[in-house]
Amino acid sequence: MSILVVAEHDNTEIKGATLSTVAAAKAIGGDIAVLVAGEGCGAAGEAAAKIDGVAKVLVADNAAYGHQLAENLGELVAELGKDYGHVLAPATTTGKNFMPRVAALLDVAQISEIIAVESADTFKRPIYAGNVIATVQSSDAIKVITVRATAFDAVASEGGSAAVEAVDVAKDAGKSEFVKEEIAESDRPDLTAASIVVSGGRGMQNGDNFEMLYKVADKLGAAVGASRAAVDAGFVPNDMQVGQTGKIVAPDLYIAVGISGAIQHLAGMKDSKVIVAINKDEDAPIFQVADYGLVADLFDAVPELDAAL
Amino acid sequence: MKVLVAVKRVVDYNVKVRPKSDGSGPDLNNVKMSINPFCEIAVEEAVRLKEKGIATEVVAVSLGAKNCQEQIRTALALGADRGILVETDEDLQPLAVAKLLKAVVDKEEPQLVILGKQSIDGDNNQTGQMLAALAGMGQGTFASEVAIDGDSVSVTREIDGGLQTVKLSLPAVVTTDLRLNEPRYASLPNIMKAKKKPLDTLTPDELGVDVAPRVKTLKVEPPAERQAGIKVESVAELVDKLKNEAKVIS
Repeated sequence: MSILVVAEHDNTEIKGATLSTVAAAKAIGGDIAVLVAGEGCGAAGEAAAKIDGVAKVLVADNAAYGHQLAENLGELVAELGKDYGHVLAPATTTGKNFMPRVAALLDVAQISEIIAVESADTFKRPIYAGNVIATVQSSDAIKVITVRATAFDAVASEGGSAAVEAVDVAKDAGKSEFVKEEIAESDRPDLTAASIVVSGGRGMQNGDNFEMLYKVADKLGAAVGASRAAVDAGFVPNDMQVGQTGKIVAPDLYIAVGISGAIQHLAGMKDSKVIVAINKDEDAPIFQVADYGLVADLFDAVPELDAAL
Repeated sequence: MKVLVAVKRVVDYNVKVRPKSDGSGPDLNNVKMSINPFCEIAVEEAVRLKEKGIATEVVAVSLGAKNCQEQIRTALALGADRGILVETDEDLQPLAVAKLLKAVVDKEEPQLVILGKQSIDGDNNQTGQMLAALAGMGQGTFASEVAIDGDSVSVTREIDGGLQTVKLSLPAVVTTDLRLNEPRYASLPNIMKAKKKPLDTLTPDELGVDVAPRVKTLKVEPPAERQAGIKVESVAELVDKLKNEAKVIS
């Protein structure tokens, strides 16, 4: 059986989550084709052809796919997906948006956010905010799957030499149009790809105080995240939220500052290799998952940490 | 215009769910059940549309066992006008829910369907998108702002890099993210009034939908436990541990 992986890309480069999704496809086993759908996405298609383990790259270059609108992408992937045993995409906000449409159009279930491949039809996935891991088996002919990127080690982005084929299928459902995007510009690494993440919670008290964390992050080459409490309070924008319904991160080092550790937050970061918690409440649940806990006022500890680095 | 809102009965978000010791499923004995938080946000948004004079009627639908009536009553207490329960004891998976909702949409012909982006039990994040595909509608998922403008709706979506705005022709499907609104509390008089609001019951058979599960849960288990670590006394000790013991910074 062959596997179709839908690439996440920006028309020029392939996003890291795609490489982890290819790794999941390898674990399933079979010929791997990667679909690059976009507008002016030739460069991304060329990049996809170099990914280790990829046999074929399909490039669907059309204005209808320019902003990854779910209505159009869903129809395209459903049509191409009929010829495959598995259709995989990263569980990013893009993948989560269009993949259920693909499953519905193919009349199959979707298996969301798999974290392990047991066999070609059996997978592990977290439920209940990661407090329970379910092993699930699909009886559908085509398995439509989203992949939690942090659970699979990315394959090499170089070394492959797949054939590139143009797909001349224009699917414009005519139901939706792109209006605008407000993307946060940052020189810091992407939250989901960073090897170190520094996150702030309600204890930060306001958005200005996040400056302290940015300073520490810049010394460590880290990304900055936040708990839901900090986002809801308006300290920082939504794209910084780490947790069950925000971003899932698993860096080498996660530093939680002024975060109490609600289960919904832990669901987004507890697979980090090393966890540090700085909190003045010694009973905060975050200390139960922290490798190194420091009971201290963050307004003393963070500047001190900044100075020590 | 008519707005349809889907509400799901789930384990309360404060409950830390654990697997049963035999691994057959999550242990849900005697746990508190509530309306899924994202569904509550969906109800609030629909009610606000009604208060603004945009929506004329808000219909709350739930699917599952008889006790899902409780969550429909919660939605009615928050301001929905009437309820529909699609009653079944089958384990409903997202595709089946989407098909049932599609059948309800065909009957009710709403201009807007609002759902939560995911339920906090299955964490699937599928139903709204599946419904939109089956009904041939556009979708505005993970919404943080919804603005109706004539025969279209603009939806601001929370995406990985920031925010994206799309414009959809109506009828359309919207799924809610956390920051769309802050749901109100139901007042006691409204809870009393909700008991008198109409609540119809349908079955999957009546709607002509096959709800057989497609995915089988073979077993469940707890996640790998993290060992609680140590407390350090000072920032200096912390930095030393990170450099020399954990070796995660240099």
